Amino acid sequence: MKYMLLMQFSAAGTDFPPIDTWTPEEIRAHIAFMGEVNAKLTADGEWVQGEGLGGPAQARIVRAGEGGVPVVTEGPFPETKEFLAGWWIVDCETPQRAVEIAAYISTAPGPGGRPLNMPIEVHPVMSAPPQEL
Amino acid sequence: MLARRFDDFATAEDAVQEALLAAATQWPVEGVPGNPRGWLIQVAYRRMIELVRAETARRRRENLVARREPDDRRVAPAVDDQLTAGRDDTLVLLFLCCHPALSPASAIALTLRAVGGLSTAEIAHAFLVPEATMAQRISRAKQRIRDSGVPFRMPEAADRAARLAAVRHVLYLIFTEGHTSSAGPDLRRVDLSAEAIRLTRALHERLPDDSETAGLLALMLLTEARSPARTGPSGELISLAEQDRGRWDAAAIAEGVDLVTRALPWGPVGPYQIQAAIAALHDEAPSAEETDWPQILALYEVLEARSGSPVVALNRAVATAMVHGPDAGLAALTELADDPRLAGHHRLYAARAHLHEMAGDRDRAVADYRAAAARTSSVPEQRYLTMRAARLAARTAPTEG
Repeated sequence: MKYMLLMQFSAAGTDFPPIDTWTPEEIRAHIAFMGEVNAKLTADGEWVQGEGLGGPAQARIVRAGEGGVPVVTEGPFPETKEFLAGWWIVDCETPQRAVEIAAYISTAPGPGGRPLNMPIEVHPVMSAPPQEL
Repeated sequence: MLARRFDDFATAEDAVQEALLAAATQWPVEGVPGNPRGWLIQVAYRRMIELVRAETARRRRENLVARREPDDRRVAPAVDDQLTAGRDDTLVLLFLCCHPALSPASAIALTLRAVGGLSTAEIAHAFLVPEATMAQRISRAKQRIRDSGVPFRMPEAADRAARLAAVRHVLYLIFTEGHTSSAGPDLRRVDLSAEAIRLTRALHERLPDDSETAGLLALMLLTEARSPARTGPSGELISLAEQDRGRWDAAAIAEGVDLVTRALPWGPVGPYQIQAAIAALHDEAPSAEETDWPQILALYEVLEARSGSPVVALNRAVATAMVHGPDAGLAALTELADDPRLAGHHRLYAARAHLHEMAGDRDRAVADYRAAAARTSSVPEQRYLTMRAARLAARTAPTEG
């Protein structure tokens, strides 16, 4: 069963300063941890996909306008306090295992090397075979 | 064959792969040898000896003590051991790949690789995961078998029934996985259902007296026979009752019916034979209305008593409704609703929706179809359930639709 793990950065749900205010060592440790997560998931035969996303400054919201013309806005990002920082898709045996992976990702180190405990959303991917009805 | 000779599965597989590679590079240039199979075995055998020697030297260098099977376990097969006497390596490989020490996902991957002969890339593509991930899954599965110290030979007679059940279960899982594709025909994608049928057929040929294996093969054939009618032009699911029976595969149905008819009187009747018998009754009905529901209900009762599975109980409740009317079916479902294994399960809502619809209770049917759609993890199923709710809702309140 595949699960999508979404790493949501939310000012409301977290109590750490933005990453651009961390020390180089703290940033390095954080990046190294993410690299280890991916290597570990691959080694365990569970990794499907994963990427980091550009921050709110680079994100756009697109809607179709008159005649399907794209209408692009900077989006609600500057005002809202939440944005998607990255995602993984894992293929694991049980929902419990997906939760376990998410909890591990949540321990990514932040300032002072302390775990960030950031919220990770776990969504099942709709990939199950259908039953005959 | 090589694996048996050397009692080393991983090295044997590497050797065979190298022999195939040699064949692929040499045959186009030098021509196909007179006895291609013998040539391959010869090359693989030589390569295997080289690999074993290199491995032995390495171990000596590193002063590793190889954990070897004690000599006293290398006993000759018993005379009455019909399966071992056949020296069939496909069978031994199947037992090994479907070993209970492996998780289902690992057993599936290893079985397809080692017995099915699919490439890692093909298996990865079939399960829509990167090749590196699948390669890891397979290599961990091999490692796990190595660590467990399971010898490369037929399981002991005492274990055989349980081990054979594990093999059948893995084959069944491969078969159901074949129905996952929701993205329409994908030519690069291996047909896992066909692969499962091929492997089960191989198992059945080697164990023709095992009635449950015959039952499993029959179940697969009888289910697969309906697949051309199971989805519409845009991949939408079509319910059994609404399928165009003219598009069912008559040859597969005939073979499945024949298999299960012969298997049932043989001996131990297991769940696959009963499910195959149910599938046969559906497949043989000229129309949905002419389905022999009393017989299907009786079979579900037998199956439920044996398996204790709540999903079987759900199907039994639906069959009850088809025989005794929707109220009797709904009463049976009410008893099941308290089963914690079914709590929040989309199939409970889907079955109840269906029976409410039968009873003419549209509001409840719509609510349950929607609840089922919100809980399934299959896209085609979700679309089907949503559409069903929408159609009913539109009939109830035309202004809303």
